[in-house]
Amino acid sequence: MSKDFSILIGGEAGQGSRMAGLIIAKIFNFIGYKIYIYEDYQSLIRGGHNFSQIRAAEKEFQSRKEKIDFLLALDEKTINLHKKDLEKNGLIIFNANKVKSKDYNPPTTLPVKDGAPRMGIEIEKIAKEMGGKPIMANMALIADFAKIIGLDWEILEGVLRREIKKEIDLNLKIGKRAYEISKNLLKIEKISKEPTLLLTGNEATALGAVKAGLKFYFAYPMTPATSIMNFLAKREDLNVKVIQPENEISVINMALGASFAGVRSAVGTSGGGFALMTEGLSLAGQSETPIFIIESQRGGPSTGMPTYNLQGDLLFVLSAGHGDFPRFVIAPGDAEQCLYYSALGLNLAWKYQTPVILLLDKDVSENTFSVNEKILNLIQPEKFLLWDKKGEYKRYKITEDGISPLAFPGSKNVIVKSTSYEHDEYGITIESEEVEKMQEKRLRKYETMSKEVEKLEAIKVYGNKKSDIAIVAWGITKGAAKEVAENLGIKLIQPIIVEPFPKDKMKKALNGVKKLFSVELNTSGQMAKVLNSQGIKVDGKILKYTGRPFFTKEIEEKLKKIL
Amino acid sequence: MNPKNLDTYCQNTWCPGCPNFAILESVKRAISELIEKGIPRENFVFTCGIGCHAKIFDYLNLNSFYGLHGRCLATAQGIKLANPNLKVMAFVGDGDTYNEGISHLIHAAKRNTNITVLVHDNRNFALTVSQFTATSPKGFKGSSTPNGSIEESLNPLELVLSSGATFIARGYAWKIDHLKNLILKAIEHKGFSFLEILQPCITFFDNRQFYEERIYELKSPLSKEEAKIKISEWDYSDGEKSKIPIGVFYKVEKPTFEDLVLKN
Repeated sequence: MSKDFSILIGGEAGQGSRMAGLIIAKIFNFIGYKIYIYEDYQSLIRGGHNFSQIRAAEKEFQSRKEKIDFLLALDEKTINLHKKDLEKNGLIIFNANKVKSKDYNPPTTLPVKDGAPRMGIEIEKIAKEMGGKPIMANMALIADFAKIIGLDWEILEGVLRREIKKEIDLNLKIGKRAYEISKNLLKIEKISKEPTLLLTGNEATALGAVKAGLKFYFAYPMTPATSIMNFLAKREDLNVKVIQPENEISVINMALGASFAGVRSAVGTSGGGFALMTEGLSLAGQSETPIFIIESQRGGPSTGMPTYNLQGDLLFVLSAGHGDFPRFVIAPGDAEQCLYYSALGLNLAWKYQTPVILLLDKDVSENTFSVNEKILNLIQPEKFLLWDKKGEYKRYKITEDGISPLAFPGSKNVIVKSTSYEHDEYGITIESEEVEKMQEKRLRKYETMSKEVEKLEAIKVYGNKKSDIAIVAWGITKGAAKEVAENLGIKLIQPIIVEPFPKDKMKKALNGVKKLFSVELNTSGQMAKVLNSQGIKVDGKILKYTGRPFFTKEIEEKLKKIL
Repeated sequence: MNPKNLDTYCQNTWCPGCPNFAILESVKRAISELIEKGIPRENFVFTCGIGCHAKIFDYLNLNSFYGLHGRCLATAQGIKLANPNLKVMAFVGDGDTYNEGISHLIHAAKRNTNITVLVHDNRNFALTVSQFTATSPKGFKGSSTPNGSIEESLNPLELVLSSGATFIARGYAWKIDHLKNLILKAIEHKGFSFLEILQPCITFFDNRQFYEERIYELKSPLSKEEAKIKISEWDYSDGEKSKIPIGVFYKVEKPTFEDLVLKN
């Protein structure tokens, strides 16, 4: 059996399918598999249909398989919606207390006579008999699945004990009962690899920023960025104060106040909230106040599809805010990159005293990835240019590289004046033609930033680096595109730092490429437009805008048609 | 710039005779007294919005952040959270904080953030050549309402009292010593202190006579119920009979937002 499994677990909102999916992923992680979990849920609290699709493989993949090996159904809708995607030998494991139709009765048809092999188990009855709550039925389903795939009880118990904090003994009792009455059908082998850290992109983003010295996180709830706020609030050990102001306008202005007072702060939102922040963004640019902004895209325009994905905000974040000012835009494509580039982003904000936008998307934010923990050793808070206490302090001192030393209110013999107006070196308002000098200082800062980008890992190249056919993909699209590049023996270019644009790095990545295609989750090909503005023409665009990320096959098929 | 001097080298561009000069003078006197009392000068910091009032940024030589129209209360709260040792003031205008930024005012009062808000209430948007604001009286003839505004005015003191402000006062720009004392009390108050300053706009809305005929000094302290009555004595209309109390309307001690956030 190939070591690349696809497990889908689904149910109504409130049945705990996400938590169950995460535990199943942790089981596979424990026995050495690399993990990717795609989360699909609707903007509602009860009912509807939510599912997690796990890919557990020996090799690392960051896209979901089109076919399902194990379909775990907490309700009948899950079977009806997903059985068409079942592998030929795929197995349905279901909640026999919810799935009542005659198609699934008797609940066990093994060996198979017709249709898909299926195993029904009365998980709700087990949970009830053991004295548990209805939601604990999913524990019985997990244990049932564990038995089917030949997992030792001790391994399951260990994972459950680590993952479940509340009422663990009761949960174990339910699990044990289900484990005992289930049948073992196959044996999934342990791989001799160490378990890795499993993180969502949002968790990784939070941890990266914390590692780079984050002290305050200001946010107003907005999917898909909300879980950054919730994670930091829950993880008191990380020592970040989470502040939830009245709206996104307050969010960014408070954060700028905190930065002005010398404390590393960040804000997080999605496109709509970021739209409200744009005047503050411009203020950060003019006043040269460090600010780290996490923008996690969701389907737009406007309210769009809150829990689904489109990569439609790239051009917006590149140009948001009135007036010209320098900024960084960084778009990581998985949790490991979130960890690294979030820390880098916060450091760059302070080094260059300017806004840094970390552009995520719904699937980067909320999906779960295997992460190499060693990345954590690479990141730390970097020093920034602090006033040397010599001579008179000028907040906006004209310098060659455009960076003026920082000082903070409360320091002796210093007056710090930061301002939204055009200003002289002290920060006093001016409107004379002298303003040119300050604008040129900021332009020089942009030049310094552009040079820095060429030294950073701004672009990643995957697949066959010698191929003369290349695809460009960013954010979550990188995951499926990487698989495509490997399958077809072509090159994948992932732009990560998009602004300032890494011209030299891109030129190098494009060396020898004769045909270039962009792959994006939007209607207009926004990255293709960015490339075009740099004089790089794509020969075709592969676009998808259903709100769901690409499957590898979709890209391959579309690519074959235009090649 | 000499960090020991409260003045800057910037040329002042307020209209000659503008009561903003009087407010600036009261502020400087209050700050000087507090420095003499031992608060380090470098621990004062202020934010301001956008409008005539905000030019105080250029004239007052203290740590400061010239923010956005309506948003500087948020900036002030961020500063206070990041460094609670700082004495944080926010200079705002009526259009600034009662129109554009009213949500921030309500929520800053609600969370009892330990900052001082000083409103230069000239009851019109002056820097854009006079349009009506939330505190302009009904019938105000501004450049956007040549036939008089049709909206009733807002009583900002009622709003901040019901929002949870723990210090509420009103001063008059030309009563410099009285105003200085109110500023001192407001800064020394631990919690959200709100000081509304009636500031005649001598160019566009010269109501000096109206104020001076009606103003009287309150005898403090007042209970919350008494404060409510005094606050509603004048509703910011042009009513002929109404008297206008100034002074401290309300003061109460409550835990501050920063104390609660930073307690661990």
